[in-house]
Amino acid sequence: MPSRIKEFPNRFAELPASDKVGLLRTMVRIRAFETRAEMLFMNKKIPGFVHLYIGEEAIATGVMANLRKDDWITSTHRGHGHVLAKGADTKRMMAELFGKKTGFCKGKGGSMHIADFSVGMLGANGVVGGGYNIAVGAGMSAQIKKTDQVAVCFFGDGASNRGTFHEALNLASIWKLPVLFVNENNRYASTTPTGYHLSSARVADRAKGYGIEGYTVDGNNVVEVYDAATTLIENARKGKGPAILECLTYRIKGHYVGDPEKYRTREEVQAQQRENDPIERYFAFLAGKKAADEATLSALRAEAEREIDEAVAFAESSPLPDPEDALDDLFSFSPSEFPEAVR
Amino acid sequence: MRTITFSDATLEAMKEEMRRDPTVFVYGEDIVRQGGIFGQFKGLPEEFGDRIRDVPISETAIIGAALGAALTGTRPVADMHFADFISVAYDELVNQIAKNRYMFGGQANIPLVVRAPDGIINQAAAQHSQSVEGWLMNVPGLILVAPSSPATAKGLLKSSIRQNDPVIFFEHKVLYPQKGPVPEGEYLTPLGKAEIRRPGTDVTVVTYSLMVQKCEEAAKALEAKGISVEIVDLLTLKPMDTATILDSVRKTHRCVVVHEGVVNGGLGAEIAARVQAEAFYHLDAPVLRVGAKDVPIPFSPPLEKYVAANLSDIERAVLRVLHREA
Repeated sequence: MPSRIKEFPNRFAELPASDKVGLLRTMVRIRAFETRAEMLFMNKKIPGFVHLYIGEEAIATGVMANLRKDDWITSTHRGHGHVLAKGADTKRMMAELFGKKTGFCKGKGGSMHIADFSVGMLGANGVVGGGYNIAVGAGMSAQIKKTDQVAVCFFGDGASNRGTFHEALNLASIWKLPVLFVNENNRYASTTPTGYHLSSARVADRAKGYGIEGYTVDGNNVVEVYDAATTLIENARKGKGPAILECLTYRIKGHYVGDPEKYRTREEVQAQQRENDPIERYFAFLAGKKAADEATLSALRAEAEREIDEAVAFAESSPLPDPEDALDDLFSFSPSEFPEAVR
Repeated sequence: MRTITFSDATLEAMKEEMRRDPTVFVYGEDIVRQGGIFGQFKGLPEEFGDRIRDVPISETAIIGAALGAALTGTRPVADMHFADFISVAYDELVNQIAKNRYMFGGQANIPLVVRAPDGIINQAAAQHSQSVEGWLMNVPGLILVAPSSPATAKGLLKSSIRQNDPVIFFEHKVLYPQKGPVPEGEYLTPLGKAEIRRPGTDVTVVTYSLMVQKCEEAAKALEAKGISVEIVDLLTLKPMDTATILDSVRKTHRCVVVHEGVVNGGLGAEIAARVQAEAFYHLDAPVLRVGAKDVPIPFSPPLEKYVAANLSDIERAVLRVLHREA
């Protein structure tokens, strides 16, 4: 396992027991949602593309546990975990994946464009590296309005090679914006491994160029992610400016559901599943401290399955959008007020 | 009525809106230390402190961050320095800003303005002279505005800042130092409404931005030949006030579209298509277009002059739709 470069204060220890189990619950919910989404996609219940977060649950969970509802996040095309961990409703999320009228985006976004602004989730993004500047803009808002809100930008290892990374990080740094850039380094940019596409050993190394702090943690250890995020988010909230938190993880599933995965071996994936599953690791940690047992875990799994069952039932029973709904929501005014606008 | 420059008219609009709403802020390259290339930001730092900011040369951040700011409760005005540089942040504009509200099912308003100084001036050559509205006409979700005078600049900028949707505000660089009558005090010029700049009966000339005054000059010259030209000043390019264009064409039966940008694939093509589709039987001649030739704007004065549309191009087109020789 990779070792962390910096020891962060052990803030996890301060959490009440229920919150420690809560982290496990969030990871189990994400896993259950993703496992079901995969099945539903293969059964052709979900159209389009689906990019699964399986194996990366500890990152969204550990980071989001430090955010308030009025803090913001920007997400990626692999965004389901972020949406769930930020507190979005599973039913409306599943309905969106189904392309239903009751979905968060009324069926206009789907898996790759899912958002719940009511909980500060500013959107998944179909453009790799599309979230940086949105998060920077949210940080600007907090500064202009003099609030203590924070924005967290999730991005992948592949996205760290976008030009937007440079412009966003530089601007966030010189203005000391309250933004935490959380890198989910899952070792593959689609099919291309980090060993090939990264010029630096670590994504966090790039922080030096912007005069900000950058740290690498074991992204499959929710405790490490939590501790690092607590400190860095508090710093951002206090006006100390942005940082990069690189979380080393592994994408258990293909880039998308249906990916033939010719760029890696089965053995590599199986070893990760066996030895580095964030849920198993955290459960073992809690069990070792007698903070959870098998009964806790199976109860959480049953609870998550029930939640997903209800979400699927809601999605299935929801109506599809009416075709002409396609002309709504482009502008703040309605097409009937100004037909020219959607001519 | 008092006369002030176009530049000062936009400055008044900024001041009034920033006083009215503390969530309005503005940022761009060289706007604090320099006051803007055309002085259009002078005095704002003294009054508004950090609500006006210089930014690094980072166009994707300038335009991209406007979205994040707009989604989270402020009303950013992002200055693009030169409209040409919109291309640097094209993804931010067309894939993020233009689509955000729609893609997410109308969850959030996007009150942002991108100020985009455009057009040919002082042999600025290929990368500082463009009219780029054609690039954006094909993108659903953006409001495109192009004032033609100090009065319309002030009223439209104020309306744009108050609009809950993304507005690209094209300001022709030649217009900045020009003076014109501007009413005292607060007023708004509505988005989506064209204005008849000059009434006439023989030919409708549809135009916008700096070309409005070129068309007015041409109209005066043509008046001497007994030709009455009606000038429709679009002001908002998208969504376009098609009804005003059609009403005029149904009256004059002839139509010429004039813009500074290249003719090929430009706004004129869209206008001509709408006119022929909806007023075909009112037309006594094909709709003609006047604009730049299909090359980049060259540097050397004779080359630049040759590529850009000029007065005689406008006059010739008007005479042609009247089936008269120049």
